[in-house]
Amino acid sequence: MDFVKFFARRLGRLLLTVFIISTLVFFVVRVIPGDPALIIAGMDASPEDVQAIRVKLGTDKPLLSQYLVWLSSIARFDFGTTLISGEPVIKLIMERFPLTLTLALLGISIGIFVAVPLGVMSAVKRWSLWDYFGLVFSQLGMAIPSFWLGMLLLILFAVKIRILPLFGADTPAHFILPAVSLGFARAAIILRMARASMIEELSKEYIITARAKGLTERMVKYKHALKNGLLPVITVTGIQFGYMLGGAIIVEQVFSMPGLGRLFLFGIYQRDFTLIQGGVIFVAIIFSLVNFLADILYSIVNPKIRVE
Amino acid sequence: MIAARKSQKVLFSLAVLFLLVLVASAIAAPLVAPYNPTEQFLTKRFKAPTMENLLGTDNYGRDVLSRIIYGSRSALIVGIVTVSIALFLGGTIGLLAGLGSRNLDSTLMLFMDSILSFPTILLAITVVSFLGYGLVQVMLALGIISSPVFARLVRAETLAIKGEGYVEAARSLGTPVVKIVYKHIIPNILGKVVVQCSITFALSIVTESSLSYLGVGTQPPEASWGLMLKDARNYLVQAPWLAIYPGLVLAFTVLAFNIIGDTLSERLNPRLTGSS
Repeated sequence: MDFVKFFARRLGRLLLTVFIISTLVFFVVRVIPGDPALIIAGMDASPEDVQAIRVKLGTDKPLLSQYLVWLSSIARFDFGTTLISGEPVIKLIMERFPLTLTLALLGISIGIFVAVPLGVMSAVKRWSLWDYFGLVFSQLGMAIPSFWLGMLLLILFAVKIRILPLFGADTPAHFILPAVSLGFARAAIILRMARASMIEELSKEYIITARAKGLTERMVKYKHALKNGLLPVITVTGIQFGYMLGGAIIVEQVFSMPGLGRLFLFGIYQRDFTLIQGGVIFVAIIFSLVNFLADILYSIVNPKIRVE
Repeated sequence: MIAARKSQKVLFSLAVLFLLVLVASAIAAPLVAPYNPTEQFLTKRFKAPTMENLLGTDNYGRDVLSRIIYGSRSALIVGIVTVSIALFLGGTIGLLAGLGSRNLDSTLMLFMDSILSFPTILLAITVVSFLGYGLVQVMLALGIISSPVFARLVRAETLAIKGEGYVEAARSLGTPVVKIVYKHIIPNILGKVVVQCSITFALSIVTESSLSYLGVGTQPPEASWGLMLKDARNYLVQAPWLAIYPGLVLAFTVLAFNIIGDTLSERLNPRLTGSS
Protein backbone atom coordinates (compact mmCIF):
# COMPACT_ATOMS: atom_id res chain seq x y z
CA MET A 1 0.00 0.00 0.00
CA ASP A 2 2.84 2.30 0.93
CA PHE A 3 4.39 1.57 -2.38
CA VAL A 4 1.29 2.51 -4.37
CA LYS A 5 1.06 5.81 -2.51
CA PHE A 6 4.73 6.49 -3.02
CA PHE A 7 4.48 5.63 -6.70
CA ALA A 8 1.49 7.93 -7.19
CA ARG A 9 3.21 10.79 -5.40
CA ARG A 10 6.37 10.45 -7.46
CA LEU A 11 4.37 10.17 -10.66
CA GLY A 12 2.53 13.34 -9.73
CA ARG A 13 5.82 15.08 -9.15
CA LEU A 14 7.12 13.84 -12.50
CA LEU A 15 4.14 15.28 -14.34
CA LEU A 16 4.38 18.52 -12.41
CA THR A 17 8.06 18.91 -13.29
CA VAL A 18 7.38 18.33 -16.98
CA PHE A 19 4.53 20.84 -16.81
CA ILE A 20 6.67 23.50 -15.16
CA ILE A 21 9.53 22.96 -17.57
CA SER A 22 7.16 23.19 -20.53
CA THR A 23 5.89 26.46 -19.12
CA LEU A 24 9.37 27.84 -18.52
CA VAL A 25 10.47 26.87 -22.03
CA PHE A 26 7.35 28.42 -23.52
CA PHE A 27 8.07 31.73 -21.86
CA VAL A 28 11.79 31.65 -22.57
CA VAL A 29 11.13 30.90 -26.24
CA ARG A 30 8.13 33.15 -26.82
CA VAL A 31 8.66 36.07 -24.54
CA ILE A 32 12.39 36.78 -24.20
CA PRO A 33 13.32 37.16 -27.87
CA GLY A 34 10.33 39.35 -28.69
CA ASP A 35 8.74 38.26 -31.93
CA PRO A 36 10.19 35.01 -33.30
CA ALA A 37 8.68 35.81 -36.70
CA LEU A 38 10.90 38.90 -36.94
CA ILE A 39 13.97 36.83 -36.11
CA ILE A 40 13.10 34.17 -38.67
CA ALA A 41 12.15 36.63 -41.41
CA GLY A 42 15.34 38.65 -40.96
CA MET A 43 15.99 42.37 -40.88
CA ASP A 44 14.73 43.39 -44.32
CA ALA A 45 11.59 41.27 -44.66
CA SER A 46 8.35 43.00 -45.64
CA PRO A 47 5.57 43.31 -43.04
CA GLU A 48 3.45 40.90 -45.09
CA ASP A 49 6.15 38.22 -44.96
CA VAL A 50 6.48 38.63 -41.22
CA GLN A 51 2.71 38.36 -40.78
CA ALA A 52 2.66 35.20 -42.92
CA ILE A 53 5.29 33.61 -40.69
CA ARG A 54 3.31 34.65 -37.60
CA VAL A 55 0.22 32.88 -38.93
CA LYS A 56 2.28 29.80 -39.79
CA LEU A 57 3.78 29.67 -36.28
CA GLY A 58 0.52 30.53 -34.59
CA THR A 59 2.14 33.51 -32.89
CA ASP A 60 -0.55 35.87 -34.25
CA LYS A 61 -2.97 34.52 -31.64
CA PRO A 62 -3.13 35.75 -28.02
CA LEU A 63 -0.38 34.46 -25.72
CA LEU A 64 -2.75 32.46 -23.53
CA SER A 65 -4.24 30.49 -26.41
CA GLN A 66 -0.73 29.89 -27.76
CA TYR A 67 0.21 28.54 -24.35
CA LEU A 68 -2.75 26.14 -24.23
CA VAL A 69 -2.00 24.89 -27.74
CA TRP A 70 1.61 24.40 -26.69
CA LEU A 71 0.70 22.35 -23.60
CA SER A 72 -1.74 20.13 -25.45
CA SER A 73 0.76 19.44 -28.23
CA ILE A 74 3.42 18.44 -25.71
CA ALA A 75 0.98 16.09 -24.04
CA ARG A 76 0.62 14.41 -27.45
CA PHE A 77 4.41 14.34 -27.99
CA ASP A 78 3.92 16.59 -30.98
CA PHE A 79 6.79 19.08 -31.09
CA GLY A 80 5.79 20.62 -34.40
CA THR A 81 7.85 20.78 -37.58
CA THR A 82 11.25 22.41 -38.02
CA LEU A 83 11.35 25.86 -39.56
CA ILE A 84 14.16 25.05 -41.97
CA SER A 85 13.30 21.64 -43.46
CA GLY A 86 9.69 21.33 -42.35
CA GLU A 87 10.25 17.81 -41.00
CA PRO A 88 8.52 16.72 -37.79
CA VAL A 89 10.81 17.55 -34.85
CA ILE A 90 10.00 14.31 -33.01
CA LYS A 91 11.07 12.28 -36.06
CA LEU A 92 14.47 13.99 -36.18
CA ILE A 93 14.87 13.51 -32.45
CA MET A 94 14.04 9.81 -32.58
CA GLU A 95 16.54 9.33 -35.41
CA ARG A 96 19.33 10.84 -33.35
CA PHE A 97 18.39 9.70 -29.86
CA PRO A 98 19.69 6.08 -30.04
CA LEU A 99 23.26 7.30 -30.56
CA THR A 100 23.11 9.70 -27.62
CA LEU A 101 21.45 7.08 -25.44
CA THR A 102 24.14 4.52 -26.33
CA LEU A 103 26.81 7.04 -25.47
CA ALA A 104 25.18 7.91 -22.15
CA LEU A 105 24.67 4.24 -21.24
CA LEU A 106 28.30 3.42 -22.03
CA GLY A 107 29.45 6.45 -20.09
CA ILE A 108 27.41 5.64 -17.00
CA SER A 109 28.54 1.98 -17.12
CA ILE A 110 32.16 3.09 -17.13
CA GLY A 111 31.34 5.46 -14.30
CA ILE A 112 29.71 2.77 -12.16
CA PHE A 113 32.24 0.03 -12.80
CA VAL A 114 35.16 2.28 -11.96
CA ALA A 115 33.65 4.36 -9.20
CA VAL A 116 31.69 1.94 -7.04
CA PRO A 117 34.50 -0.57 -6.30
CA LEU A 118 37.02 2.24 -5.86
CA GLY A 119 34.68 4.21 -3.60
CA VAL A 120 33.92 1.18 -1.43
CA MET A 121 37.60 0.27 -1.16
CA SER A 122 38.45 3.86 -0.25
CA ALA A 123 35.90 3.82 2.56
CA VAL A 124 36.84 0.39 3.90
CA LYS A 125 40.57 1.04 3.80
CA ARG A 126 40.58 4.71 4.74
CA TRP A 127 43.86 6.60 4.40
CA SER A 128 45.36 3.67 2.50
CA LEU A 129 46.91 3.97 -0.95
CA TRP A 130 43.52 3.02 -2.38
CA ASP A 131 41.94 5.93 -0.64
CA TYR A 132 44.56 8.40 -1.87
CA PHE A 133 44.21 7.08 -5.37
CA GLY A 134 40.44 7.47 -5.09
CA LEU A 135 40.74 11.04 -3.81
CA VAL A 136 43.13 12.07 -6.57
CA PHE A 137 40.93 10.38 -9.14
CA SER A 138 37.78 12.11 -7.95
CA GLN A 139 39.45 15.54 -7.80
CA LEU A 140 40.79 15.11 -11.33
CA GLY A 141 37.45 13.85 -12.56
CA MET A 142 35.70 16.94 -11.30
CA ALA A 143 38.34 19.36 -12.55
CA ILE A 144 38.84 18.04 -16.07
CA PRO A 145 35.99 19.08 -18.39
CA SER A 146 34.78 16.21 -20.55
CA PHE A 147 35.39 18.08 -23.79
CA TRP A 148 39.02 18.72 -22.90
CA LEU A 149 39.52 15.13 -21.79
CA GLY A 150 38.05 14.06 -25.12
CA MET A 151 40.57 16.17 -27.00
CA LEU A 152 43.48 14.85 -24.92
CA LEU A 153 42.36 11.27 -25.55
CA LEU A 154 42.11 12.02 -29.26
CA ILE A 155 45.63 13.44 -29.34
CA LEU A 156 46.95 10.43 -27.47
CA PHE A 157 45.06 7.52 -29.03
CA ALA A 158 44.11 8.81 -32.47
CA VAL A 159 46.98 11.14 -33.37
CA LYS A 160 50.07 9.87 -31.53
CA ILE A 161 49.47 6.11 -31.11
CA ARG A 162 46.80 5.81 -33.82
CA ILE A 163 44.96 2.80 -32.42
CA LEU A 164 41.53 4.45 -32.36
CA PRO A 165 39.64 6.42 -35.02
CA LEU A 166 39.62 10.24 -34.94
CA PHE A 167 36.11 11.57 -35.62
CA GLY A 168 32.71 10.06 -36.43
CA ALA A 169 30.43 7.27 -35.20
CA ASP A 170 30.78 4.55 -37.83
CA THR A 171 32.24 1.64 -35.85
CA PRO A 172 32.01 0.51 -32.22
CA ALA A 173 35.62 1.68 -31.80
CA HIS A 174 34.39 5.24 -32.40
CA PHE A 175 32.43 5.05 -29.16
CA ILE A 176 35.32 4.16 -26.85
CA LEU A 177 36.90 7.57 -26.35
CA PRO A 178 33.62 9.56 -26.13
CA ALA A 179 32.27 7.12 -23.55
CA VAL A 180 35.44 7.39 -21.47
CA SER A 181 35.36 11.20 -21.68
CA LEU A 182 31.76 11.22 -20.50
CA GLY A 183 32.18 8.54 -17.86
CA PHE A 184 35.28 9.98 -16.19
CA ALA A 185 33.63 13.04 -14.65
CA ARG A 186 30.56 11.02 -13.60
CA ALA A 187 32.80 8.38 -12.03
CA ALA A 188 34.36 11.07 -9.85
CA ILE A 189 31.01 12.12 -8.43
CA ILE A 190 29.72 8.57 -7.96
CA LEU A 191 32.99 7.66 -6.24
CA ARG A 192 32.68 10.50 -3.74
CA MET A 193 29.10 9.50 -3.01
CA ALA A 194 29.92 5.80 -2.61
CA ARG A 195 32.84 6.59 -0.31
CA ALA A 196 30.93 9.05 1.89
CA SER A 197 27.94 6.75 2.13
CA MET A 198 30.05 3.70 3.04
CA ILE A 199 31.97 5.67 5.69
CA GLU A 200 28.69 6.80 7.22
CA GLU A 201 27.30 3.27 7.15
CA LEU A 202 30.42 1.79 8.76
CA SER A 203 30.07 4.19 11.69
CA LYS A 204 26.51 3.10 12.51
CA GLU A 205 25.51 1.12 15.57
CA TYR A 206 24.35 -2.02 13.81
CA ILE A 207 27.89 -2.46 12.54
CA ILE A 208 29.13 -2.49 16.13
CA THR A 209 26.42 -5.03 16.96
CA ALA A 210 27.43 -7.18 14.01
CA ARG A 211 31.06 -7.08 15.13
CA ALA A 212 30.09 -7.73 18.74
CA LYS A 213 28.19 -10.86 17.86
CA GLY A 214 31.37 -12.20 16.30
CA LEU A 215 30.79 -11.85 12.57
CA THR A 216 33.94 -11.76 10.49
CA GLU A 217 35.15 -8.37 9.25
CA ARG A 218 34.40 -9.55 5.72
CA MET A 219 30.79 -10.27 6.58
CA VAL A 220 30.39 -6.97 8.41
CA LYS A 221 31.90 -4.82 5.70
CA TYR A 222 30.94 -6.49 2.47
CA LYS A 223 27.57 -7.88 3.46
CA HIS A 224 26.01 -5.62 6.05
CA ALA A 225 27.51 -2.24 5.31
CA LEU A 226 27.77 -2.61 1.54
CA LYS A 227 24.07 -3.36 1.11
CA ASN A 228 22.99 -0.18 2.84
CA GLY A 229 25.94 1.90 1.77
CA LEU A 230 25.20 1.47 -1.90
CA LEU A 231 21.60 2.64 -1.65
CA PRO A 232 22.24 6.38 -2.06
CA VAL A 233 24.46 5.55 -5.03
CA ILE A 234 21.33 4.57 -6.98
CA THR A 235 19.86 8.05 -6.65
CA VAL A 236 23.10 9.75 -7.56
CA THR A 237 23.57 7.49 -10.55
CA GLY A 238 20.10 8.38 -11.77
CA ILE A 239 20.84 12.09 -11.56
CA GLN A 240 24.25 11.62 -13.16
CA PHE A 241 22.69 9.73 -16.03
CA GLY A 242 20.46 12.70 -16.69
CA TYR A 243 23.41 15.06 -16.64
CA MET A 244 25.17 12.77 -19.05
CA LEU A 245 22.54 13.56 -21.67
CA GLY A 246 23.54 17.20 -21.29
CA GLY A 247 27.24 16.37 -21.36
CA ALA A 248 26.74 14.31 -24.50
CA ILE A 249 25.94 17.53 -26.40
CA ILE A 250 29.51 18.71 -25.97
CA VAL A 251 31.19 15.35 -26.34
CA GLU A 252 29.29 14.69 -29.57
CA GLN A 253 30.64 17.99 -30.82
CA VAL A 254 34.23 17.04 -29.91
CA PHE A 255 34.03 13.70 -31.71
CA SER A 256 31.71 14.79 -34.56
CA MET A 257 29.03 12.26 -33.67
CA PRO A 258 25.59 12.80 -35.22
CA GLY A 259 23.54 12.51 -32.03
CA LEU A 260 20.87 14.55 -30.29
CA GLY A 261 23.42 17.12 -29.19
CA ARG A 262 24.52 17.93 -32.71
CA LEU A 263 20.90 18.15 -33.81
CA PHE A 264 20.22 20.55 -30.98
CA LEU A 265 23.26 22.68 -31.81
CA PHE A 266 22.26 22.69 -35.46
CA GLY A 267 18.92 24.10 -34.34
CA ILE A 268 20.71 26.77 -32.35
CA TYR A 269 23.07 27.78 -35.13
CA GLN A 270 20.15 27.92 -37.57
CA ARG A 271 17.95 29.71 -35.02
CA ASP A 272 15.32 27.03 -35.63
CA PHE A 273 13.30 27.61 -32.51
CA THR A 274 10.81 24.77 -32.89
CA LEU A 275 13.75 22.38 -33.08
CA ILE A 276 15.35 23.97 -30.01
CA GLN A 277 12.23 23.89 -27.87
CA GLY A 278 11.45 20.33 -28.96
CA GLY A 279 14.97 19.21 -28.06
CA VAL A 280 14.84 20.88 -24.65
CA ILE A 281 11.45 19.44 -23.76
CA PHE A 282 12.47 15.99 -24.95
CA VAL A 283 15.63 15.94 -22.83
CA ALA A 284 13.70 17.36 -19.87
CA ILE A 285 11.16 14.56 -20.10
CA ILE A 286 13.84 11.88 -20.38
CA PHE A 287 15.76 13.46 -17.52
CA SER A 288 12.72 13.57 -15.24
CA LEU A 289 11.78 10.04 -16.25
CA VAL A 290 15.21 8.68 -15.35
CA ASN A 291 15.08 10.38 -11.95
CA PHE A 292 11.59 9.00 -11.43
CA LEU A 293 12.76 5.47 -12.25
CA ALA A 294 15.76 5.86 -9.94
CA ASP A 295 13.43 6.94 -7.13
CA ILE A 296 11.15 3.95 -7.72
CA LEU A 297 14.08 1.54 -7.86
CA TYR A 298 15.42 3.07 -4.68
CA SER A 299 12.10 2.59 -2.91
CA ILE A 300 12.01 -1.05 -3.97
CA VAL A 301 15.40 -1.84 -2.49
CA ASN A 302 14.91 0.46 0.50
CA PRO A 303 11.25 0.44 1.62
CA LYS A 304 12.01 2.87 4.48
CA ILE A 305 11.98 5.78 2.04
CA ARG A 306 8.33 5.27 1.10
CA VAL A 307 7.14 6.80 4.34
CA GLU A 308 8.34 10.39 4.21
CA MET B 1 45.10 10.53 9.20
CA ILE B 2 47.58 13.17 10.36
CA ALA B 3 49.45 12.81 7.09
CA ALA B 4 46.15 13.40 5.33
CA ARG B 5 45.53 16.60 7.29
CA LYS B 6 49.01 17.79 6.42
CA SER B 7 48.69 17.06 2.72
CA GLN B 8 45.29 18.77 2.72
CA LYS B 9 46.95 21.85 4.20
CA VAL B 10 49.68 21.82 1.59
CA LEU B 11 47.12 21.40 -1.18
CA PHE B 12 45.06 24.25 0.20
CA SER B 13 48.08 26.57 0.23
CA LEU B 14 49.00 25.56 -3.32
CA ALA B 15 45.44 26.19 -4.48
CA VAL B 16 45.36 29.64 -2.90
CA LEU B 17 48.77 30.45 -4.37
CA PHE B 18 47.66 29.36 -7.84
CA LEU B 19 44.54 31.51 -7.69
CA LEU B 20 46.51 34.51 -6.44
CA VAL B 21 48.87 34.19 -9.41
CA LEU B 22 45.89 33.83 -11.73
CA VAL B 23 44.10 36.88 -10.34
CA ALA B 24 47.29 38.95 -10.37
CA SER B 25 48.06 38.06 -13.98
CA ALA B 26 44.46 38.71 -15.01
CA ILE B 27 44.58 42.20 -13.49
CA ALA B 28 48.04 42.98 -14.80
CA ALA B 29 47.46 41.22 -18.13
CA PRO B 30 48.78 44.08 -20.33
CA LEU B 31 52.02 44.07 -18.33
CA VAL B 32 52.47 40.30 -18.01
CA ALA B 33 51.35 39.06 -21.41
CA PRO B 34 54.29 39.01 -23.84
CA TYR B 35 52.10 39.84 -26.87
CA ASN B 36 48.79 41.42 -27.76
CA PRO B 37 46.31 38.51 -27.48
CA THR B 38 44.39 39.36 -30.64
CA GLU B 39 47.30 40.51 -32.82
CA GLN B 40 47.88 38.16 -35.74
CA PHE B 41 51.37 37.24 -36.97
CA LEU B 42 50.52 35.34 -40.15
CA THR B 43 54.19 34.58 -40.87
CA LYS B 44 54.51 32.48 -37.73
CA ARG B 45 51.35 30.40 -37.61
CA PHE B 46 51.37 27.03 -35.77
CA LYS B 47 54.76 27.57 -34.10
CA ALA B 48 55.39 24.89 -31.49
CA PRO B 49 56.45 26.24 -28.08
CA THR B 50 59.84 28.03 -28.24
CA MET B 51 61.60 30.67 -26.17
CA GLU B 52 59.97 33.33 -28.35
CA ASN B 53 56.43 31.98 -27.84
CA LEU B 54 56.57 29.96 -24.64
CA LEU B 55 53.34 28.04 -25.33
CA GLY B 56 53.43 28.29 -29.13
CA THR B 57 51.19 30.15 -31.58
CA ASP B 58 47.77 29.37 -33.06
CA ASN B 59 46.29 29.30 -36.57
CA TYR B 60 46.56 33.10 -36.85
CA GLY B 61 50.02 33.24 -35.33
CA ARG B 62 48.61 34.64 -32.09
CA ASP B 63 50.60 33.94 -28.92
CA VAL B 64 48.94 31.17 -26.88
CA LEU B 65 50.37 32.27 -23.53
CA SER B 66 49.08 35.82 -23.99
CA ARG B 67 45.66 34.50 -24.96
CA ILE B 68 45.56 32.27 -21.89
CA ILE B 69 46.45 35.23 -19.66
CA TYR B 70 43.74 37.41 -21.21
CA GLY B 71 41.35 34.46 -21.14
CA SER B 72 41.72 34.29 -17.37
CA ARG B 73 40.03 37.69 -17.28
CA SER B 74 36.81 36.41 -18.78
CA ALA B 75 36.96 33.24 -16.66
CA LEU B 76 37.28 35.19 -13.41
CA ILE B 77 34.66 37.75 -14.40
CA VAL B 78 32.22 34.95 -15.26
CA GLY B 79 32.85 33.37 -11.88
CA ILE B 80 32.43 36.60 -9.92
CA VAL B 81 29.29 37.80 -11.72
CA THR B 82 27.63 34.38 -11.79
CA VAL B 83 28.23 33.78 -8.10
CA SER B 84 27.00 37.29 -7.23
CA ILE B 85 23.76 36.90 -9.18
CA ALA B 86 23.17 33.37 -7.88
CA LEU B 87 23.95 34.34 -4.31
CA PHE B 88 21.68 37.38 -4.35
CA LEU B 89 18.79 35.73 -6.20
CA GLY B 90 19.04 32.33 -4.53
CA GLY B 91 19.72 33.80 -1.11
CA THR B 92 16.69 36.07 -1.27
CA ILE B 93 14.41 33.30 -2.49
CA GLY B 94 15.78 30.91 0.12
CA LEU B 95 15.18 33.41 2.93
CA LEU B 96 11.66 34.16 1.68
CA ALA B 97 10.88 30.45 1.46
CA GLY B 98 12.36 29.74 4.87
CA LEU B 99 10.66 32.62 6.66
CA GLY B 100 7.42 32.90 4.68
CA SER B 101 4.22 30.91 4.79
CA ARG B 102 4.08 27.25 3.82
CA ASN B 103 2.37 28.07 0.53
CA LEU B 104 5.00 30.60 -0.45
CA ASP B 105 7.68 28.11 0.53
CA SER B 106 6.33 25.26 -1.56
CA THR B 107 5.63 27.46 -4.60
CA LEU B 108 9.10 29.00 -4.60
CA MET B 109 10.87 25.71 -4.03
CA LEU B 110 8.84 23.97 -6.72
CA PHE B 111 10.19 26.46 -9.25
CA MET B 112 13.69 26.20 -7.90
CA ASP B 113 13.57 22.40 -8.02
CA SER B 114 12.32 22.45 -11.59
CA ILE B 115 15.35 24.47 -12.63
CA LEU B 116 17.56 22.20 -10.57
CA SER B 117 16.12 19.08 -12.17
CA PHE B 118 17.53 20.01 -15.53
CA PRO B 119 20.96 19.56 -17.12
CA THR B 120 22.71 22.91 -16.53
CA ILE B 121 24.46 23.02 -19.85
CA LEU B 122 21.30 22.44 -21.86
CA LEU B 123 19.39 25.11 -19.99
CA ALA B 124 22.29 27.53 -20.40
CA ILE B 125 22.51 26.93 -24.15
CA THR B 126 18.77 27.43 -24.52
CA VAL B 127 18.66 30.66 -22.57
CA VAL B 128 21.76 32.02 -24.30
CA SER B 129 20.46 31.09 -27.72
CA PHE B 130 17.52 33.39 -27.11
CA LEU B 131 19.29 36.16 -25.22
CA GLY B 132 21.98 36.27 -27.88
CA TYR B 133 25.54 34.95 -27.78
CA GLY B 134 28.14 36.64 -25.67
CA LEU B 135 29.76 36.86 -22.26
CA VAL B 136 27.12 39.06 -20.63
CA GLN B 137 24.28 36.77 -21.68
CA VAL B 138 26.22 33.72 -20.47
CA MET B 139 26.77 35.29 -17.07
CA LEU B 140 23.12 36.24 -16.74
CA ALA B 141 21.98 32.75 -17.73
CA LEU B 142 24.47 31.03 -15.44
CA GLY B 143 23.58 33.29 -12.55
CA ILE B 144 19.90 32.43 -12.80
CA ILE B 145 20.57 28.72 -13.34
CA SER B 146 22.93 28.54 -10.36
CA SER B 147 20.57 30.29 -7.94
CA PRO B 148 18.44 27.24 -6.92
CA VAL B 149 21.39 25.60 -5.15
CA PHE B 150 21.75 28.69 -2.98
CA ALA B 151 18.00 28.90 -2.45
CA ARG B 152 17.92 25.28 -1.23
CA LEU B 153 20.88 25.77 1.06
CA VAL B 154 19.70 29.05 2.56
CA ARG B 155 16.15 27.77 2.99
CA ALA B 156 17.24 24.57 4.77
CA GLU B 157 19.54 26.45 7.12
CA THR B 158 16.96 29.17 7.75
CA LEU B 159 14.33 26.58 8.67
CA ALA B 160 16.77 24.86 11.03
CA ILE B 161 17.85 28.09 12.70
CA LYS B 162 14.28 29.42 12.89
CA GLY B 163 13.43 26.64 15.34
CA GLU B 164 16.39 27.38 17.62
CA GLY B 165 15.60 28.76 21.08
CA TYR B 166 17.52 32.01 20.72
CA VAL B 167 15.75 32.94 17.48
CA GLU B 168 12.34 32.16 18.98
CA ALA B 169 13.29 34.25 21.98
CA ALA B 170 14.27 37.16 19.75
CA ARG B 171 11.02 36.84 17.85
CA SER B 172 8.90 36.76 20.94
CA LEU B 173 10.63 39.93 22.11
CA GLY B 174 9.35 41.59 18.95
CA THR B 175 12.68 41.89 17.11
CA PRO B 176 12.00 42.83 13.46
CA VAL B 177 12.48 39.99 10.95
CA VAL B 178 15.12 41.97 9.06
CA LYS B 179 17.20 42.23 12.20
CA ILE B 180 16.84 38.53 12.96
CA VAL B 181 17.98 37.70 9.45
CA TYR B 182 20.91 40.05 9.73
CA LYS B 183 22.02 39.21 13.26
CA HIS B 184 21.20 35.52 13.61
CA ILE B 185 20.55 33.82 10.32
CA ILE B 186 23.19 35.27 8.03
CA PRO B 187 26.14 34.74 10.42
CA ASN B 188 25.05 31.14 10.94
CA ILE B 189 24.80 30.18 7.28
CA LEU B 190 27.81 32.14 6.07
CA GLY B 191 30.21 29.18 6.26
CA LYS B 192 28.18 26.84 4.10
CA VAL B 193 27.36 29.63 1.68
CA VAL B 194 31.04 30.41 1.19
CA VAL B 195 31.71 26.75 0.40
CA GLN B 196 28.88 26.75 -2.14
CA CYS B 197 30.26 29.97 -3.66
CA SER B 198 33.56 28.30 -4.39
CA ILE B 199 31.85 25.26 -5.95
CA THR B 200 29.59 27.48 -8.07
CA PHE B 201 32.56 29.60 -9.10
CA ALA B 202 34.35 26.54 -10.46
CA LEU B 203 31.23 25.21 -12.15
CA SER B 204 30.46 28.50 -13.85
CA ILE B 205 33.99 28.70 -15.28
CA VAL B 206 33.62 25.18 -16.73
CA THR B 207 30.17 25.95 -18.11
CA GLU B 208 31.32 29.20 -19.69
CA SER B 209 34.18 27.32 -21.36
CA SER B 210 31.75 24.68 -22.58
CA LEU B 211 29.43 27.31 -24.03
CA SER B 212 32.31 29.12 -25.71
CA TYR B 213 33.51 25.75 -26.99
CA LEU B 214 30.10 25.28 -28.61
CA GLY B 215 30.30 28.77 -30.08
CA VAL B 216 27.53 30.42 -28.05
CA GLY B 217 29.66 32.00 -25.32
CA THR B 218 32.53 34.46 -25.67
CA GLN B 219 32.80 35.55 -29.28
CA PRO B 220 35.98 35.82 -31.38
CA PRO B 221 38.42 37.50 -31.48
CA GLU B 222 38.21 37.84 -27.67
CA ALA B 223 40.35 35.37 -25.74
CA SER B 224 38.55 32.74 -23.70
CA TRP B 225 39.83 29.32 -22.71
CA GLY B 226 36.78 27.57 -24.14
CA LEU B 227 37.05 29.46 -27.40
CA MET B 228 40.74 28.59 -27.68
CA LEU B 229 39.88 24.91 -27.22
CA LYS B 230 37.15 25.20 -29.83
CA ASP B 231 39.66 26.46 -32.40
CA ALA B 232 42.23 23.89 -31.26
CA ARG B 233 39.90 21.04 -32.12
CA ASN B 234 40.46 21.66 -35.85
CA TYR B 235 44.23 21.32 -35.51
CA LEU B 236 44.65 18.33 -33.19
CA VAL B 237 47.02 16.65 -35.64
CA GLN B 238 49.24 19.55 -36.61
CA ALA B 239 49.21 21.63 -33.41
CA PRO B 240 48.27 19.58 -30.32
CA TRP B 241 49.74 22.21 -27.97
CA LEU B 242 46.78 24.45 -28.82
CA ALA B 243 44.50 21.93 -27.12
CA ILE B 244 46.75 21.16 -24.17
CA TYR B 245 47.67 24.43 -22.43
CA PRO B 246 44.34 26.31 -22.23
CA GLY B 247 42.69 23.13 -20.90
CA LEU B 248 45.46 22.66 -18.37
CA VAL B 249 44.96 26.14 -16.92
CA LEU B 250 41.20 25.60 -16.92
CA ALA B 251 41.52 22.29 -15.09
CA PHE B 252 43.96 23.73 -12.52
CA THR B 253 41.64 26.66 -11.84
CA VAL B 254 38.69 24.36 -11.23
CA LEU B 255 40.84 22.05 -9.13
CA ALA B 256 42.01 24.98 -7.00
CA PHE B 257 38.45 26.14 -6.30
CA ASN B 258 37.34 22.59 -5.49
CA ILE B 259 40.24 22.05 -3.08
CA ILE B 260 39.46 25.33 -1.34
CA GLY B 261 35.77 24.41 -1.12
CA ASP B 262 36.57 20.94 0.26
CA THR B 263 39.00 22.27 2.83
CA LEU B 264 36.58 24.92 4.05
CA SER B 265 33.70 22.47 4.31
CA GLU B 266 35.88 20.11 6.35
CA ARG B 267 36.85 22.90 8.71
CA LEU B 268 33.17 23.63 9.18
CA ASN B 269 32.23 20.02 9.64
CA PRO B 270 35.24 18.12 10.97
CA ARG B 271 33.27 14.90 11.46
CA LEU B 272 33.31 14.19 7.76
CA THR B 273 37.07 14.33 7.27
CA GLY B 274 37.88 13.73 3.66
CA SER B 275 34.43 12.70 2.55
CA SER B 276 32.46 15.79 1.59
